Amino acid sequence: MSDCIISAQGLKKIYQMGEVQVNALAGVDICVQRGEVIAIMGPSGSGKSTLMNMLGCLDHPTEGEYYLDGELVSNLRDDQLAVIRNRKVGFIFQNFNLLPRQTAMSNVELPMRYAGIRQDRRSKAIEALKLVGLEDRMEHKPAELSGGQQQRVAIARSLVNDPAIIMADEPTGNLDSKSGKEIMELLLRLNREQGTTIIIVTHDSNVSSHTQRIIRLKDGLVEVAA
Amino acid sequence: MNLWQAIIEALESLTSNKLRSGLTILGIVIGVAAVIAMLAVGQGAQDSITGSISGIGTNLLFVFEGNTSVDVRNPKPITISDSQALLDVFQAPSVEDVSAAITGQAEVVFGSEQKNTSVIGITPNYQTMRSLELVEGSYITEENVYGNASVVVLGNDVVIKLFGRDEGVVGETVRIDGSPFRVIGVLTKKGGSSFGSQDDLVLVPFTTAQARLIRNSNRDEIDLLLVQATSADTVLSASDEVSQILRTRHRTRLGEDDFSVFSQQDFVATAQSITGVLTIFLGGIAAISLLVGGIGIMNIMLVSVTERTREIGLRKALGARRKDILIQFLTESSLLSMIGGFVGIAFGFLIAIIVGRIAQASGTPFTPNVSLNSVLMATIFSTAVGLFFGIYPANRAAALEPVEALRYE
Ligand SMILES: Nc1ncnc2c1ncn2[C@@H]1O[C@H](COP(=O)(O)OP(=O)(O)OP(=O)(O)O)[C@@H](O)[C@H]1O
Ligand SMILES: [Mg+2]
Repeated sequence: MSDCIISAQGLKKIYQMGEVQVNALAGVDICVQRGEVIAIMGPSGSGKSTLMNMLGCLDHPTEGEYYLDGELVSNLRDDQLAVIRNRKVGFIFQNFNLLPRQTAMSNVELPMRYAGIRQDRRSKAIEALKLVGLEDRMEHKPAELSGGQQQRVAIARSLVNDPAIIMADEPTGNLDSKSGKEIMELLLRLNREQGTTIIIVTHDSNVSSHTQRIIRLKDGLVEVAA
Repeated sequence: MNLWQAIIEALESLTSNKLRSGLTILGIVIGVAAVIAMLAVGQGAQDSITGSISGIGTNLLFVFEGNTSVDVRNPKPITISDSQALLDVFQAPSVEDVSAAITGQAEVVFGSEQKNTSVIGITPNYQTMRSLELVEGSYITEENVYGNASVVVLGNDVVIKLFGRDEGVVGETVRIDGSPFRVIGVLTKKGGSSFGSQDDLVLVPFTTAQARLIRNSNRDEIDLLLVQATSADTVLSASDEVSQILRTRHRTRLGEDDFSVFSQQDFVATAQSITGVLTIFLGGIAAISLLVGGIGIMNIMLVSVTERTREIGLRKALGARRKDILIQFLTESSLLSMIGGFVGIAFGFLIAIIVGRIAQASGTPFTPNVSLNSVLMATIFSTAVGLFFGIYPANRAAALEPVEALRYE
């Protein structure tokens, strides 16, 4: 287990809705090896996004311990979590989540701004955009890009700070099958060439068939691998 | 994120909604312009009043019959012999000169034109003590006073009313209450109606006024006693000496002076306290509109935070800390108010100039004075308004939970 870049034990997330308790996560143990590509699957409401938010340090677990890249992060304060997210996690969302008024370039630069990087910021952003094949769209705003291109900008943004792990929540959910395939190929290539660890939440078996491992969730628990 | 970037980003976000930002800024512009203009008008009024008071003469004391603060029974009139007593160098070393005058109203006629005005019977030193200047002709002389001469020096308003011009009238004859008087001089316009008119009057020799124009019950009685101190430093001691002499002569009881002594400084102080209240009042009303502008900023920033909830969530997911979000929104609100502040200062200047022009055109020469202080104050105050009213919305933004914010539709 010492080689786990992500290692969580007994992760629980309980939402209190008035009288009712919702066990979004009911005690999840998980280990992801460095350089792995894994898919998280499961029916709607099974806790996939909730698990993603925990692993991406966007939210605190109600219970349990979580080590990211060897560091215990489950009881850090909000601002410390922000720094961890900035340095170690890259996010890719279903609806791209680019800043609409900013160019592809500025969108990719954003994580570096919060990291306080000033030198080489531009050249690093250009490099990342080249990697996703958008070197001729750098000054375009999101509205001037196709969905697949927007998602590629988001991928460039997610890897620009050299994160330990990339979290993608249904990255192909809003794309047609052709662009979805391109995005998957891009992610797999990044994993091959750069050794980036990638976790993908998906409903799509075309997506999960490309990953090395599938974690299935049901009612907030990991189903034993079939 | 350094400040420069924060400013550029804030500008980008403000220009992406130009109409909304513009209207918000307008609220601050109006507030700041009102503050600047009102303070300028107040300051201008103060300058013009103190200016016209200093224009009366230098180091002067005014002695009147009666007491403004205590009720005194049977006040004795101030007389010519009182005035002569003040010239005693031993009892009143700080007194340089004394001038007695009597005043009344009379009708002055030339041809078909006529004007009701104040007639002042004076001795020659009155003219020097009051720093009166002539457009043409000469002052009233000792000979005129000794000889009971029927001569008159006309104030500027009077000569304009009677002759339609203020030159080439020396030698003409006007009638005052029916008697003919030869015009020997015309006074320069002093302006400033704030301290009685200094132009709507005519000057005649003291003796002539006493004999023919102004009838007081007591022949010795005078209406106004002007005392000039030897220097600005001795005005106070001159005032004490004058009071001491008059107390002895009038045999007043302790604390019951039947006369009052005012110095020019007293008038200036009174005028300043009045215009000071006026300025605070005007500025206060203007400040309220600045406050309303600030509430406008708060309102718009709250709307903006709600609209950009997802953006805030995203920024937090990418590593923005509380502080980063706080700075982002505070920069926007301060920029709104700072831009409003600068434009408002320019507008305030403009309004002040226009008010000055209008005052000039309507015959009260008065220059609104935009002081550096009020500009500084407006800048600081408007920026502070932006910061203050931005704090609450910015805090709301910074406190958003990233997960909640990202899910917000
Ligand atoms: N903020 C919240 N407050 C209350 N309950 C919540 C909250 N967020 C999630 N839940 C509940 O937790 C459970 C898991 O939700 P989650 O979003 O993780 O599901 P999911 O597996 O991502 O589903 P989908 O495939 O539809 O995206 C659901 O029952 C949901 O109602
Ligand atoms: Mg989900």
